[in-house]
Amino acid sequence: MIPDLGNYALILALLLAFAQSGFSLTGAARGNVVFMGAGTSAAVGQFLFTGIAFLCLGYSFYANDFSVLYVASNSNSALPLQYRLAAIWGGHEGSMLLWTMTLALWTFAVTIFSRNLPQVFRARLIGTMGLVTIGFLTFILFTSNPFERLIPAVLDGRDLNPLLQDPGMVFHPPVLYMGYVGFSVAFGFAIAALLGGELTPEWARWTRPWTTVAWMFLTVGIAFGSKWAYYELGWGGWWFWDAVENASFMPWLVGTALIHSLAVTEKRDAFKLWTVLLAIIAFSLSLLGTFLVRSGVLTSVHAFATDPRRGLFILCLLMLVIGGALILFAIRAPRVGLGGKFGMVSRESFLLTNNVIMVAAAGSVMLGTLYPLFVDALGMGKISVGPPYFDTVFVPVVMPAIFLMGLAIFARWKNSDLKELLAKLKWAFVASVLMAVLIPVMMGHWRPLVSVGLLGSLWIFTTALISLRDRLKRRTEGLASHLIHMSRAYLGMIVAHIGVAVFIVGVTLVKGYEVEQDLRMAPGDVAEVGGYAFRFDEMRQEVGANYTSAVGHFSVTRHGSPVTVLEPEKRIYVVQNSPMTEAAISAGLVNDLYVSLGEPLSDQAWAVRIYIKPFVQWIWAGCLLMAAGGFLALLDPRYRRKVRGDAAEGQV
Amino acid sequence: MKFRTIILLSLLLPLLAWAEARPLGDDPAVEARLKALSTELRCLVCQNQTLADSSAPLAEDLRREIREQIVKGMTDKEITDYLVARYGDFVRYRPPVRTGTILLWVGPLALLLAGLTGLWSSLRRRNAVLDEDIGEGEEA
Amino acid sequence: MKPMLKFLFPLAVLVVLLGFFAVGLKLDPREVPSPLVNKPAPKFHLPKLGNPSEFVTTDDMLGKVWLLNVWASWCSACREEHPLLVEMSRRGEVPLVGLDYKDTDPEGQAVLSEGGNPYSVVATDADGRVGIDYGVYGVPETYVIDKAGIIRYKQIGPITEEALREKIMPLVKGL
Repeated sequence: MIPDLGNYALILALLLAFAQSGFSLTGAARGNVVFMGAGTSAAVGQFLFTGIAFLCLGYSFYANDFSVLYVASNSNSALPLQYRLAAIWGGHEGSMLLWTMTLALWTFAVTIFSRNLPQVFRARLIGTMGLVTIGFLTFILFTSNPFERLIPAVLDGRDLNPLLQDPGMVFHPPVLYMGYVGFSVAFGFAIAALLGGELTPEWARWTRPWTTVAWMFLTVGIAFGSKWAYYELGWGGWWFWDAVENASFMPWLVGTALIHSLAVTEKRDAFKLWTVLLAIIAFSLSLLGTFLVRSGVLTSVHAFATDPRRGLFILCLLMLVIGGALILFAIRAPRVGLGGKFGMVSRESFLLTNNVIMVAAAGSVMLGTLYPLFVDALGMGKISVGPPYFDTVFVPVVMPAIFLMGLAIFARWKNSDLKELLAKLKWAFVASVLMAVLIPVMMGHWRPLVSVGLLGSLWIFTTALISLRDRLKRRTEGLASHLIHMSRAYLGMIVAHIGVAVFIVGVTLVKGYEVEQDLRMAPGDVAEVGGYAFRFDEMRQEVGANYTSAVGHFSVTRHGSPVTVLEPEKRIYVVQNSPMTEAAISAGLVNDLYVSLGEPLSDQAWAVRIYIKPFVQWIWAGCLLMAAGGFLALLDPRYRRKVRGDAAEGQV
Repeated sequence: MKFRTIILLSLLLPLLAWAEARPLGDDPAVEARLKALSTELRCLVCQNQTLADSSAPLAEDLRREIREQIVKGMTDKEITDYLVARYGDFVRYRPPVRTGTILLWVGPLALLLAGLTGLWSSLRRRNAVLDEDIGEGEEA
Repeated sequence: MKPMLKFLFPLAVLVVLLGFFAVGLKLDPREVPSPLVNKPAPKFHLPKLGNPSEFVTTDDMLGKVWLLNVWASWCSACREEHPLLVEMSRRGEVPLVGLDYKDTDPEGQAVLSEGGNPYSVVATDADGRVGIDYGVYGVPETYVIDKAGIIRYKQIGPITEEALREKIMPLVKGL
C-alpha cells in the first residue's frame, strides 16, 4: 500500500511540477499575478508530494518491505536501521529520488527566502527550476521507478553493498547532492535574468548567497567522500581522479569561479554575461555528472548499474536543458551592456584571472576524464587516463592561482598598482621561500615538490596575516570591538583562503612523506614503521549484526611508551558472502597511523599493511575551513537588506 | 622462588627480539620498483584499481610476472612495453605520448594560456571602448 | 550577426560533446580490445589435459585455420558457450583447440565429461603464463588464428550465435 502511495505521490508531483512551470512562466510572460502566485503554490505542492514519495520509500526500507524490488535489491532484515535508511540512496533509482527530493527542497527554500525578489523574476526562477524537476520526475517515472514491485516478494533482500554500510553513506550523498543540485538555483537565476532580457546590478547580489550555500555543501560533500574513501577502502588513498570524483570536482571548480565572478558583477556591473554563463556551466556540469555515472559511458568505481536506455534519456535531458539555456544565452547576449570600467591591474581583473584559471582547471579535468571516450569513439583504440596524468597536469594549471591569491586580496577595486603590491609583499615572499626550503629539511628529507607545495600554502598564510594586520592597524575602535564588527565578507574570504592553504599543506606533506609497508605478521611479531613500533598481539573472531569478523589487535608504541591500540578487521558479510577489510586508523594532528589486514597467510600469519600518513587530516580540515569561510561571508548583512523598491517595480 | 621465576622468564626475553615482522617481498629494492610500476598500471579485472592494490588472481599473476622481470634486469620501459604488447595502452594509467594523445597532454596548459590571453585582450578592448575615468581605485 | 556568433561557441561545444556521448552509449568502456590482432599468435608448448606427458604446440596447427578457446572449470560464463562449441565441433567446420586456464586436470576433465568435448585437443595452462602472453583477462575468450599462425580476431566473452554467424564463421571461411 505504502509503495503504491509513493508511486502516486510521484505522479502528482510531476503534475504539480508542470503546473509550477506552466503557471510561473506564462504568468511572468504576461505579467499575470494570479498565474505567478499559482505557480509558486504548485511548487510548494510539488515539494510536499515529492517529500511524501521519499518518505514512502524510507518507510518501505524501515519496514523491510521486500515486495518492492528496489528494497529487495539493496537491503536486508539484518541490516542495521541507519543503513536500511541510507540504502534509500544506495542504488540508482533511490539516488535519483534523492536528487529530485533535494531539488524539491531547494525549490521550497526559494519560495520562502526569495520574497524580496521582483515577482516576475521570482516566477521565472521557480518556473525554470520546475522545468528541471519535470525532467527528473519523468526520468524516474518512465525508466527508474523505485516503487517497482517484486511479485512474489522475496523473504529477504540482497543486502546493501558492504562498502556502503558505513556512516559515510549516511552523510556523503545527501550533502553532496545538496551541493550539486543547489547550483540549479544559480542556473535558475541565470535563466530568469536572460528571459527577462536585462541583467540589473542587483542580480548578482541576489544570486550570491544561494550560490555560496550550494558551493559550501559541495565542498563539504566532496570532503566527506574523500575521507570516507580513505578509511573505508583500506589502501589509504583519498583521491583517485576517478570519473565520478571528477564529475563532482568540475562543478566545484566552476562554482568557485562563479562565486568570485559574482563579486565582480556585483561591484562593477561588469562581465555579466560571463557570470551568467558560469552559472549555466556549473549546473550543466552537475547534470553531466549525473549522466556519466549512470549511462555506462565511462568505467568508474562509483558507477551505478548501467543501462544505455537510461543513458539515452539523460542525454536528451542534457540536450534540452543545457542546449535550451545556451540557445537563450546566444540570443539574449548581444543586448547586454559592458558595464563599468576597471584597470588592467585591479581587484576585478585578479578575480577574473581566478575565473580563467578555475575554468581552465575544470576543462583539464574534463579533458582527461572524457579523453578515453573520445579516443574510443573515433576508433583510435582504448587508453586509460588515470592519476599519473591528472597529478602531472593539474598542479601547474592551478599554481598561478595560488600565487595570485596572495596579491589579489590587497588589490584595490578599479585600479591597482602592481609594483606597489609586489613591493608590499616581497618580504612575505622571501619568508615563505625560506620556510618552504627549511621545513622539509627539518622533517628529515628535502624534496623539491614538497617545498613548492609549502611555498604556496605559506604564501597564502603570510599574505592573509599581513592583510589582517593592515585592517587592524586601520581601525578606529578597540581591538575586540573591531573584530566583532569586521566585515564578514572579508573574514569569510580570509578564512576560506586559509582553508585552501591548510588543504595544500595536508596534500603536500602526506604525498611527500607518507610511509607504507607491506608485511607478513604472525601474532607476537613487531613491525618498526616510521619511528613507531606496531606489535600484532592477537587475532580474535567477532560477530556483528550482519557479518562475521576476524579482528586483529595491534598495540602501537613509540620510544617504548604506548601510543594507541588499533583493531583492523576482515569482515565477511553473510548475505552476499563478500569479504571486506575495515582499516584501523589513529587520527592525529600531525600523523595518522593506519593499519589494514590483507589476506590470511599460512599458519597464523596475515598480510598486513601499515601506513604512516603525516598531516593527512589537514586535507579535510582545510575543506571545512573553506566551507566555514563561505558561511561567514553569507552572514554579511548586505544580503539581508530588504529590497522593497525593486519588488514594487516588478521589473527585471 | 619468585626471583628465580623472574630470572628464568627474563631468559625468554630475547625471543621477543626475534619476532620481527617480515616484509612480504624478499628484496625491498625489487618490491619498491614493483610498487612504483604497478601503481601506474590498471588491473584489467576490477578495472578501477591499480595493479598494486587489486587482489584479483590476474593481478597477482601480473605482479609475479613483473617481479620476475625486475629480477631478470629488465628496465621499467621494457616491462611496461611487455604488458602493453599484450593488453594494449588501456593497461597504462599514464597515457602514452603520441599523435593521438598530443591534445590530451598539451590541452591543459593550452587552455590556460588561451584563457589568459583572451581575458587580457578582452580587458584591453573594453577599456578602449568605455569612457569612464578609472581614477585612483577604491580600497576593498 | 557577427557578435552573435561568438555567443554560440558554448552551444557548439555542447553539441560536439553530446555527439561523443551518443556514440559512447553504444560502446563498452570495460572491453579491452586485443593488440594482438594481426600479429603472430604467441607460441606455446603445453601439456595435454589428462595426459601431461604429451604436449600441445602451436606449430601443430600451422597450415590450418583454427580457434583457440580459453576456458576454465570455475568460469560460469564458459558453461554458457559450451553447448554452442559442442554443436560447432559436431558440424566440423573449424578445429577447436581448448586452453584450460588456471585450472586442475580433474576439474577440467569433469567439465568435458559432463558437457561433452568439443575440442580436438586441450592444453592446460595451470599457472596462467600463456594466458598472459595472449592477453587473457576474463575467460572465456576465443581467438581465430589463420594458416600462418596469425591472430585474426578475438572474441571477448562467451561466443554467441550472433557472433558466430556474423563475425567468426565468415572470417574463417575467408581465410
